Amino acid sequence: MRYAGVDSGSWNTKAVVIDTDARVLGTRVVRSGADLAGAATRAYDGALEHAGCARADIAAVWATGFGRHSVAFADGSRTELDCHARGAAHYVPGPLTVVDVGGQDAKVIRMDAGGQRLSHRMNRKCAAGTGSFLDEIALRLGVAIETLDMLAAGSNEELELSSFCTVFAGTELLTLIRNGKQPADLAMAAYRSLVKRIVAMDVLDGRVAATGGVIAHHPAMVRLLAEQVRGEIIVPPHPQEMGAFGAALAARDGAAAVGPAAATGGTAHG
Amino acid sequence: MTTLASTAALKATMDAYYRDVGDAAEHKTAPVAWCTSVGPAELLRALGYRVFFPENHAAMLGAARTANRYMPLAHAHGYSQEICSYLTSDIGAYLAGESPMQAYGLSGTPRADVLVFNTNQCRDVRDWFEWYGRRWNVPVVGIRSPRALEEVTDDDVDAITRQIERLVPTLESVAGTRLDAGRLAEAVRRSRECSDLWERVLHTAAQSPAPLTFFDGTVHMGPAVVLRGAEEAVAYYRTLLGELEQRAGEGNAAVSGESFRLYWDGMPIWGRLRALSNLFAEFRTAVVASTYCNSWIFSTLDPADPMHSMARASLELFIVRSEQAKEDYIARMIEEYHVDGIVFHDCRTCPNNTNTRYGMPRRLSDRLGLPSLVLDGDVNDLRCVSDEQARTNVEGFVEQIADARVAVRGAQG
Repeated sequence: MRYAGVDSGSWNTKAVVIDTDARVLGTRVVRSGADLAGAATRAYDGALEHAGCARADIAAVWATGFGRHSVAFADGSRTELDCHARGAAHYVPGPLTVVDVGGQDAKVIRMDAGGQRLSHRMNRKCAAGTGSFLDEIALRLGVAIETLDMLAAGSNEELELSSFCTVFAGTELLTLIRNGKQPADLAMAAYRSLVKRIVAMDVLDGRVAATGGVIAHHPAMVRLLAEQVRGEIIVPPHPQEMGAFGAALAARDGAAAVGPAAATGGTAHG
Repeated sequence: MTTLASTAALKATMDAYYRDVGDAAEHKTAPVAWCTSVGPAELLRALGYRVFFPENHAAMLGAARTANRYMPLAHAHGYSQEICSYLTSDIGAYLAGESPMQAYGLSGTPRADVLVFNTNQCRDVRDWFEWYGRRWNVPVVGIRSPRALEEVTDDDVDAITRQIERLVPTLESVAGTRLDAGRLAEAVRRSRECSDLWERVLHTAAQSPAPLTFFDGTVHMGPAVVLRGAEEAVAYYRTLLGELEQRAGEGNAAVSGESFRLYWDGMPIWGRLRALSNLFAEFRTAVVASTYCNSWIFSTLDPADPMHSMARASLELFIVRSEQAKEDYIARMIEEYHVDGIVFHDCRTCPNNTNTRYGMPRRLSDRLGLPSLVLDGDVNDLRCVSDEQARTNVEGFVEQIADARVAVRGAQG
């Protein structure tokens, strides 16, 4: 049996195909853009192609993420809070705290030893604790976002960005550049700022696992998080696709949907 | 929102109230006093004032989603975006020359002859009233209440009683009449009757399924807010209680298929009242009780001792109490209403009606073994509200409660 999950995120849409034993058979990440439904289809079809199977081979597909209700072909949905937690808990036994950093939101989810969610916190209505903050900083530094982590690796001086606001942090960055500070140190300061926002969201105790696109593409975040919690940060496999993986697990397990999807709620998929 | 037959009576009651207070202001048929929501309304009624509650007016601006149109005008006059958005939307609307009262044929908010505050809620109400007092050159008087009370002592009550008594000469002078002890006792008696009926209305939701929700309560509490001490409020709540008791007896649910029950702490998000009501209902979740709606229950009002009992009622309010007293109160409500979780609204511009900022959600969750959710938002400023985040937060919270229930059942075999 094959199952699939689609994570319709604000920035990227991710899809994962798994087998009954939760082995990942195929994945695909595409830009979400303005057409969430189209992106979901492209990601799903891409993951199917990667897995070497067709829609007819999939017993159930579930959706998650910001655009989860736009995925018309999904058999059910769960929030990204559930799916990131579910996915991370598959790899890391509890008690577990999951830190997920995406393009436009960040969340901290606490789970007990049995994998039950105990609480969650999401960032406030603000970009400062999310991947968008790094996009703004990369833009100000004139580098591609993909190279920001590499740039930060050359940091020699510990700098602080004190602004809460993403826009003001950008302005502060320009001041520091004018004062002769090095781009590498500024890039690392941006990561440090983001990490401080995240660790302020909730207590990170027990085992801590980090997921999300920002974690996947910015290893500096993991190092700084580990420094902050003075312990290990576990990055499970395919951190960017963790939400989609969790949705696929929900599809496999037939997790009860509590929302509008409950009405459709079946697990059979034609 | 629940469709109740009493809503027609509610509308008639509120319409008549707005017209009455508006007429008094425009045609000088009676003196007009502005009063904070838990100010000494009974005293004002006993002196013949028509009483206007600007918090109610501000809530109307919020519910109509016009508040964000007006707030920038108040900000430009030096009233910060970080302070009470009731204040800034109300003053902004005044500066714009617009008001929901215009729908009742009035020119705007009724001009006050005197403004009477009680800082038991916050300092903002005083700043709010003083803005109008300067504008209209009318007296602003009030009660300066202590805050964060562990216990309400006789000394505290005596001190507030003396403050209320000191208001009387000014209020008599503006009204042009003397305070009549019998009229005051009668106003307090009606207020207490209104409070008792309102408490019984809310308590119908203690049964499952609940016949009304917190969201319904915020609408139907109108008369308890603006007509406290008047017979009209008593009459309305008799009608509403009758309907709700009948619905409860018939098992009529406010939320179809009620599966989960929650408690709401903090202010409503007026501009998203219906949206949130629908959102919770979508997940078969009834928000059955709230600190907010309960805050108009004044069970210590006593017509045999009007001044002291008014003082005590104003101090026993949730908002005036210490963190420990607040936690004990919520714990009692959780037990009484059999709820599965607590939603705390972190209201950006109303710190005094926000109980998330000193660790209470975690303490209560640990103490009660119940999950809690913090929703970021605001009472009137919709710039602080993210619909998508609210949706994910609520849906994720209900998932969490549902999963925990399934796990418990699984463990029980």
